[in-house]
Amino acid sequence: MIFWMSQKFLSPKAFYTTTTHFLPWIITGVVLCLSYGLIAGLFIAPADYQQGDGFRIIYVHVPSAFTAMAIYFVMASSAILVLVWRIKIAAICMSSSAAIGASFTFLALITGSIWGKPMWGTWWVWDARLTSVLILLFLYLGFIALQSVIKETQHKDRAASVIALAGAINLPIIHYSVVWWNTLHQGATISKLDTPSIDPSMLYPLLSMIVGFMLFYLLILLLRMRNQILLREIKTEWVKEVLL
Amino acid sequence: MIHDLLYIIYYEMRETLDQAFTWLTPLLFFIIVVCLFPLACGPDPVLLTKMAPGIIWVAALLSIIISIGNLFRTDSEEGFLDLILLSHYPLSLLVFCKTISHWLTHCLPLVLISPLLGFLLHLSFQKECALVVTLLLGTPVLSLMGSIGAALTVGIRRHGLLLPILIMPFYIPVLIVGSATILAEAESVSGYYAMMGAFMLLSMAFAPFLTGAALRIGVTQ
Repeated sequence: MIFWMSQKFLSPKAFYTTTTHFLPWIITGVVLCLSYGLIAGLFIAPADYQQGDGFRIIYVHVPSAFTAMAIYFVMASSAILVLVWRIKIAAICMSSSAAIGASFTFLALITGSIWGKPMWGTWWVWDARLTSVLILLFLYLGFIALQSVIKETQHKDRAASVIALAGAINLPIIHYSVVWWNTLHQGATISKLDTPSIDPSMLYPLLSMIVGFMLFYLLILLLRMRNQILLREIKTEWVKEVLL
Repeated sequence: MIHDLLYIIYYEMRETLDQAFTWLTPLLFFIIVVCLFPLACGPDPVLLTKMAPGIIWVAALLSIIISIGNLFRTDSEEGFLDLILLSHYPLSLLVFCKTISHWLTHCLPLVLISPLLGFLLHLSFQKECALVVTLLLGTPVLSLMGSIGAALTVGIRRHGLLLPILIMPFYIPVLIVGSATILAEAESVSGYYAMMGAFMLLSMAFAPFLTGAALRIGVTQ
C-alpha cells in the first residue's frame, strides 16, 4: 500500500505538480492568520496586569518555540520514512526542514532573550527551558553540518536521517536531565509566568499566531522542497518541460 | 560465536596497544586539559574542589570524542569494513565489540588516572571514589554514542570538527548527571548511580544498532 502510494502521489514529479495548486491557499492562510494574530495581539488584547505591554512578545516567542519543536518532530518522522521505506520526498522534506527549524529555534531564543531582559532583569538565565532550546539549536546545526559535508545525495539523506532519529530518541532524555540539573543547582528561582487560565482575548490571537507560524513553515518548506526536487531531478524530461 | 567476538576484542586491543602512541595521546590530552583549568581559573583550593567534577568530566568527554573519531578509520582504509559487512554475524554485535575494545584501551586509562587528577584538584577521598564510579559508568555511554558519529563520518573526507559538533549535544545528560553525582551528598548518591547505570544500559541497547545502520550507509555508498 505504502509502496503504491509512494509511486502514485509521493514521486517527486507528482508532488511538484500537486503542490502548485496548494501554494496560493497556504499563502492566503498565512496572511489571514498572521494579520489577525498580530492586530488582535498587539492592539486589541488588553495589557497584562503584571507585565504591561511587554508580554505582547509572546505572540512571536511562543509560536516560534512551538514551531521549532514541531519541525524536529517532522524531521524525525521523515527520517523513519527515509530509513525504512526510502521515500525520496521524505528525505527532501527532512533536509529542507532543518534550516527552517534552526531559524525558528534561533528566533525563539532571541525573542526569549528580549522578553527576559525587562521581566527577569537579564538577557540570559540557565533556565531549563532556555537551555533545552539552546541544545535543540545545537542539534539542528549538527544536522545541517553533517548534511553540508556529504556530497552524494542518497548517502547524505540516509546519514542525516540516522542522526535525526538519534536526536529524537535523545531529545526527551536531554530535556529531562536539563530540567533536573536546573532544579538541582539553583532551585526554582525563576518560574515561567504562570497563566493557567489565559483570557480568551489574549488566547485567540496566540492560537492564530501558532497556526500562522505553522502554515508559514509549511509554505517555506514547500517552496524549498520544490527547489530541491528541481535540483535533484534536473536531468529528467519533466523538469525541462516545467522550466522551459 | 562468543569465541569469535572475544577474538575481535582481543585483536582490536592488541592493534591499539602495539602502538603506544594511539592510546597514550588521548590520555595525555586528558591530563593536560585538566591541568589547564587551575592555570586559567587560579589555584584557589575551594574553587577547584567545587569545579573538579565538571573539569574532569569535560576533559574526559573531549578526549573520548577525539579518540572515537578513529574508531573505523583504519578499518575503512584497509578494507576491513567491507569484510565486516559481509560477515554472517550481526553488524551491531561486531560494532559493539569494537566499541568495547575502544573503551578498554582509550577510556579505562582515563578512569584509572582520574583519582590522581582529582587529588591535584583537592577532592576528598569519598568524592574520589564517586568520581571513579561515575566515570566507569559514564564513559561507556560516551564511547557508544561517539561510535554513532564515528560511523556516520566514516566515508567523509576531511570532516574535521564535524564529529564533536554532531555528538556533543548527546553527551549532555551524562555530563550533567556524572558531575552532579560527585557533588551530591553521600546519602542521596545511590539514586544518581542508578541513573548513570540507566544511561549506560540505554545506550548499550540503542547505540550499536544505530552505529551499525550508519556504518552500512557509509560503506555501501
